[in-house]
Amino acid sequence: MANKIDRVPVREQDPKVRATNFEEVCYGYNAQEAMLEASRCLNCKKPRCVDACPVGINIPAFVHQVLEGDFKGAYDTISQDSSLPAICGRVCPQETQCEGSCILGVKGQSVSIGKLERFVADYNQEHLEQVQYSEAHHNNFRERIEERRECIRQMRSGFVKREGDAAVKVAVIGSGPAGLACASDLAKLGYNVTIFESLHKPGGVLTYGIPEFRLPKKAVVEKELQKLIDMGIKIETDVFVGRTVTIDDLMDKEGFKAVFVGTGAGLPMFLGIPGENLNGVFSANEYLTRNNLMQAFSKESDTPIFRAKKVCVVGGGNVAMDAARTALRLGSEVTIVYRRTEKELPARAEEVHHAMEEGIRFQMLTNPVEVLGDENGWVRGIRCIRMELGEPDESGRRSPVPIQGSEFEIETDALIVALGTKINRLIADTTPGLETDRKGRLLTTETATSRKGVFAGGDVVTGAATVILAMGEGRKAAAAIHRYLRGDGSL
Amino acid sequence: MYRIVDKKQLTPLIYSLWVEAPRIASSAKPGQFLIVRTGENGERVPLTICDYDTRKGTVRIVVQIAGVSSSKICHLNVGNYLTDVAGPLGKPSDFMEIPEDDLKDKRYLFVAGGVGAAPVYPQAKYLYERGAHVDVIIGARNKDLIIMEDEMRKVCTNLYICTDDGSKGEKGVVTLLMERLCAPSGTQNGTEGAFSGDFAPSGTQNGTEGAFPGDFAPSGTQNGTEGAFPGEAGVVPYDMCVAIGPMIMMKFATLMAKKLELPITVSLNTLMVDGTGMCGACRVSVAGKTMFACVDGPEFNGYDVDFDEALRRQTLYRKEEQEANAAAGLDLRR
Repeated sequence: MANKIDRVPVREQDPKVRATNFEEVCYGYNAQEAMLEASRCLNCKKPRCVDACPVGINIPAFVHQVLEGDFKGAYDTISQDSSLPAICGRVCPQETQCEGSCILGVKGQSVSIGKLERFVADYNQEHLEQVQYSEAHHNNFRERIEERRECIRQMRSGFVKREGDAAVKVAVIGSGPAGLACASDLAKLGYNVTIFESLHKPGGVLTYGIPEFRLPKKAVVEKELQKLIDMGIKIETDVFVGRTVTIDDLMDKEGFKAVFVGTGAGLPMFLGIPGENLNGVFSANEYLTRNNLMQAFSKESDTPIFRAKKVCVVGGGNVAMDAARTALRLGSEVTIVYRRTEKELPARAEEVHHAMEEGIRFQMLTNPVEVLGDENGWVRGIRCIRMELGEPDESGRRSPVPIQGSEFEIETDALIVALGTKINRLIADTTPGLETDRKGRLLTTETATSRKGVFAGGDVVTGAATVILAMGEGRKAAAAIHRYLRGDGSL
Repeated sequence: MYRIVDKKQLTPLIYSLWVEAPRIASSAKPGQFLIVRTGENGERVPLTICDYDTRKGTVRIVVQIAGVSSSKICHLNVGNYLTDVAGPLGKPSDFMEIPEDDLKDKRYLFVAGGVGAAPVYPQAKYLYERGAHVDVIIGARNKDLIIMEDEMRKVCTNLYICTDDGSKGEKGVVTLLMERLCAPSGTQNGTEGAFSGDFAPSGTQNGTEGAFPGDFAPSGTQNGTEGAFPGEAGVVPYDMCVAIGPMIMMKFATLMAKKLELPITVSLNTLMVDGTGMCGACRVSVAGKTMFACVDGPEFNGYDVDFDEALRRQTLYRKEEQEANAAAGLDLRR
């Protein structure tokens, strides 16, 4: 019988202290706290949490293993479906997925599944890495031998035409969540996987986008990446596919038998209002890339970042929260400007809560209409209009309508625009036969694109979404690539 | 890691490096650029591609010391490694789309300011090798900043050099030569110093480290005529002008081209971070629309570029750059 206690609170850095540093906000559970929290799970017969998880982790099973203190077993359970648990435990929007469907959440508080997942991953990283590594290595080795045999059988039967060594090469373009999940599954299946990354560091949004205080780079991201490298996955950085090399080159000249495109949606959108190119207007992508990828917050870094007295961030998603909390830590007074109300904020509840705790001001029902500049072309403020909520739009949220004559000014030295991203068309433009929709999203059927042997998943297919959805798509694509290479797919 | 296989000092502040980067060497095209990073804390510095050798798998970059990052790059020696070299980035030059046979009948005028000679070189070379008429103007503040003269001479029909102080070639700025080269024959001597006044913003050139740091400080004009000028009465003797150099030079080259009714392409050296379209630091207004220099450019129709905005946006981190230069004890006075 489940323990009817309140959700076990998670320890966090004090808001006043953390507002001045980039260290991780949430400390996570320790073993006792995790076991206590796990005791709250009802172990439902029909676990709704599993259905709500984009990668279908067997949540009741791993929670039960935590309850019994079998943290290694819990890790293995999660690993069956997720390749990056330490990351997902930190950045998934659990309140709209697993925790959102937890039956306990109907009348009270759901099981803190995300925090439990994070605990299991971190505990494993700290205490069980050695054991885990050698066993995984062992299993992987056995699996690979079997796969190689299978490859040879297929070669003989003509399914996979290859000369030379026994490995089938698969290229994964983009080392963000979709690419990493896809590469991980393909490597487990025994394929020879190379990931191509345009930046100098792998990880995609995990590296350039999500800040250190939410997702530590050295302690979490780099360790997860290292696991993939230990599995034999090659990562080639500084390769901007479409410019450095094309998909045709990879397939025709370099012998890749299949390609997965997980290039995301990286192009920042701007407001399209006057004054947007004034000095002091930044995309959240730029601001976050300077600080996360280029480490501009550190004195050691050669990359500058604009340190404003006052910063306005427009947008209400996770990226807006990340940019706002980064600006706060760099010493700015920060206001988030959002056109709907707190209820409609698309960011994770925890991020909004943390942002508020840290002292970020929220200016709801407000939309900028013009960026105001001083005589030298630097931002001095934004002119905004007040909004009210009208009829629900296609997303089901009530759409904001401007209130005529309600314009007012907010004084600020910088404006960070976090209104979402769109797709870079480079891959589509440089790959003959690759079809897209009007927004540049690659058209796919069960992750297969219109080009034979080319698969895609993540934001480049769906438009900007979440880490876990991209991972789910990456995994589906790995399965589809496997079917295709074995010759029993529909292609 | 990308090994430096050759290094030459071209002037007291400008260096030429050949770097092993086989993927880039086989895909680079005229008009494109690279992003180079030195050290774990290094900045991503956009630099133009000066040359490439597909067979050896090497690319050549020319770097002027303009700040901490470019200084770090220039202090590396043969056998040392650049931490990252990414590219080629941006779109190749428009003329790459023209069928090679048609290039024979084309007449190009290149205007290179300072280190701008480096990106002009592969473009001139490509066109000249395909039979186009290629005239090149290289301009700089003084003779110490004129680079690649001998190499350039081999890939163009005529080479014209000018310096602000007259220490090499003609005394004067590039626009003066542009005007004279386009003037109907017999009227060259009529050129007047009409542009000296327009070149007011001395000191607008900033220490922004970026794609094509160069040197350009407009000064007085000079009427001395030398060499042959190809103009014919009433006809602009070029199909296209390409200007690459400091932003302020490209602005005035464009104003001159407009006056001469000569189409002009400019290559914008904006601030950049990733260089792949992800950040928008490089945005410029082109024909009233916001474009990203890194993926929509770097080359644009000069007539359409809002140069004043571009000049202003280059100054965004000037304070931070000056502080960094001071902290590193970097003396950029010449």
